[in-house]
Amino acid sequence: MLNYTFDWSIITSGKYFDWLVSGLVTTLKLSAISIVLAFILGLIIAVMRMSHSRPVRWFAHAYLEFFRNTPLLVQIFFWYFGSYKILPTAVNDWLVSTNFEFAAAAIALTIYTSAFIAEDIRSGVLSIPKEQMEAARSAGFSYLRSMQYIILPQAVRITIPPLVNQFLNLAKNSSLAMTIGVMEMTYQARQVESYTFKGFEAFTAATVVYLLLSIAITALVNVYNEKVLNVHKAT
Amino acid sequence: MIVFKGVHKWFKNLHVLNDINLHVTPGEVLVVCGPSGSGKSTLIRTINQLEPINEGSLVVDGMDLSDKKTNINKLRAEVGFVFQQFNLYPHLSVISNITLAPTKIRSLSKKDAEEQAMVLLNRVGLAEKRDAYPSQLSGGQQQRVAIARALAMKPRIMLFDEPTSALDPEMIGEVLAVMKDLALSGMTMVVVTHEMGFAREVAHRVAFMADGVILEEAPPEDFFLRPQHERAQQFLRQLLTPMQSECP
Repeated sequence: MLNYTFDWSIITSGKYFDWLVSGLVTTLKLSAISIVLAFILGLIIAVMRMSHSRPVRWFAHAYLEFFRNTPLLVQIFFWYFGSYKILPTAVNDWLVSTNFEFAAAAIALTIYTSAFIAEDIRSGVLSIPKEQMEAARSAGFSYLRSMQYIILPQAVRITIPPLVNQFLNLAKNSSLAMTIGVMEMTYQARQVESYTFKGFEAFTAATVVYLLLSIAITALVNVYNEKVLNVHKAT
Repeated sequence: MIVFKGVHKWFKNLHVLNDINLHVTPGEVLVVCGPSGSGKSTLIRTINQLEPINEGSLVVDGMDLSDKKTNINKLRAEVGFVFQQFNLYPHLSVISNITLAPTKIRSLSKKDAEEQAMVLLNRVGLAEKRDAYPSQLSGGQQQRVAIARALAMKPRIMLFDEPTSALDPEMIGEVLAVMKDLALSGMTMVVVTHEMGFAREVAHRVAFMADGVILEEAPPEDFFLRPQHERAQQFLRQLLTPMQSECP
């Protein structure tokens, strides 16, 4: 016989429910901000990686290898415990007075994921026929404008399946932010568990929330794909 | 309008353009023909610097292409280019393919650009395809859209690099008709093509190339009736009776 009594009511109402909801909101904010920034940064790094200028290319290459090949947890700790030490005291004090945990987690997630996104986008760009670049340049577009209007929109369409993977990884990786005290979903589930010893219920709730979040991200990208980019017509 | 003076170009050791001297005047239609591998595509691609030249001077619409200070993007905006493989932007509708460069480079308003695009689509007979995507069009239709796209920049020169070579035979006529119409409107055109009917009827001058050299340059009536160079005579024989020349 089980000697554990299930009590789902603690996570569906009252104080603990509110904790979980606030955790969800923080996870959503952290994921959304980091996904948008990681995508933009990833695009920039991908273009730099293909630049005609050797130093720019090397910088992007070093960036990629550096951030892809170190653990995310170490990067989170670096931004939270390490990065601000080299800043002036005044900035330091200001950072501590703000919600610096959140910012550090967002920076780490953004930079870490942007390295993977950049490589995905670059492989997308390489798969676009070179005649597209010729057509764009012939019309009078500069190299960067050709990228912006003609190459990247096509590359991103091709890159959507791996991009969805990166977005999902980011959303799930955001749970690591609890280690520096960001009160996100996992942090709150842990908190509920400590107060109630209802670990099964608390982490079931967290599991379901992450699952739904991931499904929602996939669905959102698919809808964007279909309705906005007209992918079915344009291939 | 286009002046080649002693132009040379090499791909590694291959001498693809050998001492090219050519002068295209405003409103003129020049057809460049010759066997494959003769350098005619490379020649037309140097005019908007898709291929840079190695030696000599090339002046297009008053801009010197051998001068590093020449703004190449500005030049390209004045020169329309039509590719063998059309190269429409597959992620954009027909109308957006045509309005992209005018709105982004010429800073036309979306409304003006679309009005102008519709005039051009009417001219190439594809007004009803404005919202279609390139993949939904036939080759001939795609090429006509590509011509409209190039014309939307109001170019001073139009370049055609084998515009009908990738088309099924029944679609060649519709594209040539658009090009003929354009020639009659007074556009300066350089056309690389194997369509000798078009050359005979529309060109003011025909240049014949082989092995990177322009061997013959003449008005079409002279070129087709009295080709001077042996290679040109051979080329024309092969075009007119391809079966016989393959089985002598």
